[in-house]
Formats: sequence, structure tokens, C-alpha cells
Amino acid sequence: MSVDKDTVNKIARLSRIAISDAEADKMVGELNGILAWVEQLGEVDVTGVEPMTAVIPNTLRLRDDVVTDGDVRDKVLANAPAKEGSFFGVPKVIE
Amino acid sequence: MTDFSRLGVAAIREGVADGAFKAVEVAEALNARVSAAKALNAFIIETPEKAIEAAQAVDADRAAGKPLGKMAGVPIGMKDLFCTEGVQTTAASHILEGFVPTYESTVSANLWKAGAGMLGKLNMDQFAMGSSNETSYFGNVISPWRRNDGGNAALAPGGSSGGSSSAIAARLCPAATGTDTGGSIRQPAAFVGISGIKPTYGRCSRWGVVAFASSLDQAGPMARDVRDCAIMLEAMAGFDPKDSTSLDLPVPAWEAGLNSDLKGKRIGIPKEYRLDGIDEDISKMWDNGIAWLKDAGAEIVDISLPHTKYALPAYYIIAPAEASSNLARYDGVRFGLRDLPEGAGLQDMYAATRAAGFGEEVRRRIMIGTYVLSAGFYDAYYTQAQKVRALIARDFDNAWASCDLILAPTAPSAAFGLGEKNADPLSMYLNDVFAVPASLAGLPAMSVPGGLSKEGLPMGLQIIGKALDEQAVLNAGLAIEQRSGFTAEAGEWW
Repeated sequence: MSVDKDTVNKIARLSRIAISDAEADKMVGELNGILAWVEQLGEVDVTGVEPMTAVIPNTLRLRDDVVTDGDVRDKVLANAPAKEGSFFGVPKVIE
Repeated sequence: MTDFSRLGVAAIREGVADGAFKAVEVAEALNARVSAAKALNAFIIETPEKAIEAAQAVDADRAAGKPLGKMAGVPIGMKDLFCTEGVQTTAASHILEGFVPTYESTVSANLWKAGAGMLGKLNMDQFAMGSSNETSYFGNVISPWRRNDGGNAALAPGGSSGGSSSAIAARLCPAATGTDTGGSIRQPAAFVGISGIKPTYGRCSRWGVVAFASSLDQAGPMARDVRDCAIMLEAMAGFDPKDSTSLDLPVPAWEAGLNSDLKGKRIGIPKEYRLDGIDEDISKMWDNGIAWLKDAGAEIVDISLPHTKYALPAYYIIAPAEASSNLARYDGVRFGLRDLPEGAGLQDMYAATRAAGFGEEVRRRIMIGTYVLSAGFYDAYYTQAQKVRALIARDFDNAWASCDLILAPTAPSAAFGLGEKNADPLSMYLNDVFAVPASLAGLPAMSVPGGLSKEGLPMGLQIIGKALDEQAVLNAGLAIEQRSGFTAEAGEWW
């Protein structure tokens, strides 16, 4: 599989990363180089192998269904690039 | 007068506990060294007041006869991937520049509780993506080492924990935290002639550590000898309910358990790591390592890890896939950079923020990750890689039937020059060929100095152990340390 410029632009869109035309051109070559290299994985016989989901056998713990944090509004907002009162500020979404 | 830069973790702790010197004296001396070594660019920010504050607390505790912690009086460097309350944490990315956490990572909190102090936040590859420390927004870290050719070419300190490795090798701090996703503790340790251990996945809490690839990320200590690594790992590790993959196990007494007698231990030598065209110096160092472990009483056995060559390609699907998901949080809304072009809507703000905030390598990996997870490609790339990962882990499981530890080089070469591997991302990735398999399998792995190359640069030997058997890894590291006679240091040119 190889990617063309349209695909690179689509990936950039999905990644929410703005790229220029020149960057897209450069990225076509780089992504194809990397993808061609990872494609050697296709030659591995994985019949009957389950994809790994945990490196060290471990069970997900359950905890009591109680509030363990919260009441830290000001801390949550402390690093916001734009806040309005006690809210995160964003550009207008609805016309 | 004591030259505090020459003391390691154990020596500082003991001197402070014995009253040979005050913790504050150590902190002052190392603060001065950090501030005089700007040419290395190892620190993103210096926090001399934090080091002094912690030292004063330790001195006060000692005066009051209170028990002292495992790291009491030891000033360390903190990789800038660990969130530190009230102190800027950037992951060496522009997108987090100015981010001041309102909370402390579990690992750093454990270290402060043990009596350590913070000299500053260490530079690194941006979001821990890189093997040379050339992807930091805050500039390259320079290795204190130079080739013995009389030139002064700037060399890579390794990555991603390159600020950590450079600072320790330059004796700005006795130890520092690192994180290892695909070799980011071991490879930089090897490049500068120090030790570093990545423990079993789950030993150190990931809570409060800026995420790169969550199924691989693991914190660990870097220091100038094995005992110091054991001490610091004990202070860092431990169960944390706030990390769902944290191992609910007691922390072993690794320091007390150190023993370099390897009688009864079988050391596996994986034939697949003898790459065609392997560097001659690296190969010779590996043979020396084998001889040293034999001398320590171990039995050497040949083993096979047949899927080794697929580890790197599998890693370069899995790690970017996880990164593309983890890094989705940088949206210019809740924290970090916001780039809002004139008249832009929300979607344009996301795209502009992420384009401006992420460095080139980070953008590249997010895009690879997005691609391999996208509809139609998920099974071919991601599921296949996770299956190959299971086979790589199985290779190790099979190997443990005939050996207790594995010895291999840490990296395929000594340090390269800054800029030498930038043209092609793939050639940089290949530097992690020996480090990545243990990461994919979640196993404890350590790098210790193994000797100098013809160019006079350090090379590292890697020991890989069974899950949870950090003790055996540390013990073999100690056996090598006692036999390698590695005392070389970088000249102080900065």
C-alpha cells in the first residue's frame, strides 16, 4: 500500500494538523518510506495468534463507585489559553 | 573540600546521614554546576530553589533525629515529561510551553517523599519521540563526550532521555529520571557511559507522566552506577491506584539484594542480535561482556529470538498509533498553546494549533498513527503489529526455558554526531533495533557501560530479564560493572 498526496491531506485532516502543499509533498515520500518498511510485517505467519492487549498479565481493578476527586475547578482551568468565567473559551461554533 | 559532583546517590545519602556534610552544601554545589553548564543545554529550566528547599528539609529532619528517606539529600534532574506541581512541564514541545501543572506525578512525588530534591527539568526529545535529542523545541542537547580525533563535533547524547544522560555524564547531577518507550533510557545511557534501567512495565506509575505510547511507556532511573540505579528505582516504583496498569506488588529491596555472584544463572546470547555488518567495536564489547559474566559464575547459552527483525516495524506501528490517540488531547482549548488565526472556527483552530505546536517528528508520528488506525487499514497494520508483538513476547517466554537473563548490546553503534542521521527518519529509527524488543514485551532491561569504541566513545551492554526480575538484571549489571573497569569520563570543555 502506498499513499498519494490526497491521502496525506486526508490523514492530516483526520489528525487535525494543518499542512501546506509543500509539506504534503514531502510527507508523501516520508510516509511511503516508512510504510514500505513496516509492510515486512505482512510476511509473518500469525495464524492462531491473538493480538497482544497487555504486556504483563494484569486484571483491571474495580473501585468503589464513589467520587474520589473533583471540586478543583480553578485548577482545571488554570492552564486554559482562553477562559471565560468558569468556562473554557472557544471560537463561536454555531452560526 | 569534597567535590560533590564526584559523589553518587549512595555516597551523598550516606554523607548526609553521617553528618559528613549537609544536604544544602550538596544542593548548592550542584546548582552551581548546572548553571555553569548551559552549553550542554541539558536543562529546559533550572529550579535551584527547589533543590535547596528539599535539602533544608532533609537537614532539618536529620537535626531533629527523624528517619531519613532512601534518597535523602540527593539532588536529581527530572525529565521534563514528569508533571511537577507549580513548575513548567513541556515534554520539550512548544504546544506545552508555559504549561504549569497543578498536580505532581506519582513518580516524582515518590522521589520527593524519599528526600530527593529537584535541580531542574531536563531537556529531551519532543514527547519522547527521538533517539538523539534533536527533536526538542528547546534545542539540541549536546553530549559532554567528544571523539578522540581532536575535533569537537557535537555528539548526540542519545534520546529521548538525552538531557538526563548528558547531565549525569557531565556530573551536573548524580542521577535523573528517564522514561523508556522503545529504548529511551537505555540508549542514552549507553551513549554517555552511564547506567540506566527500565523496570518491568507497571512497576513505576505512569500517572502524571506526559503520555507517548501508553502500553510501552515506563519510567526508570539513570545514574553513574548500578547500586545508585537500584536505590533510585526503589524510591520511584510502587503500586498506584491512579494508574490502571500499575502492578499491585510490593517493591523489592533491590539495593539490599544486590549480589554479583552469578553462579547458577544462565545467560542467553540471542543469535539474531548478531546483525550482518555489526560494528566491530560493538561486537568485541559484547564478547567481553560474555567473558565477564562467565567470570562471575554464569553459564552462557545460545538462544534464538526468531521474530527480532520484526520488532522495530511493529513498534513503529504501535507507538505512533498510541501516540496519535494520546496526543489528540492537545487541542488548544484546555491547556497549552492556542493558535487562532483571524476568523478561524473551532476546527481551524485545532489544525492551526497542532501544526504550530508539534514539531516535525511528532507530526509525522501522529500522521502515521492516524493512518494505520484509519478505516480499511486497521487490521492490515495495527492488528497485524499487535499479533507480531505477541510473537515477540512469546520468543522471550520460550527463551526463558533455557536461560535466566539475556545479554546483548544496547545500541548498534556508539554515539553519532548531531545532524548525521536527520536526513532519513528510518536510519534514526534503526538505532533502537536492540532496545525495542524488550519494550514490546514489557521486560526489565538495563544498560551498563561496556567499554570505549575506537573513537573513544562509550558503548553499552544491555541485560534483559524476566518480568518482575529486576534483581537479576541489576545483579548481572553489577557483575559487569565490577569487571569492565569502566572509569572513562568526558573532558570538561563546556
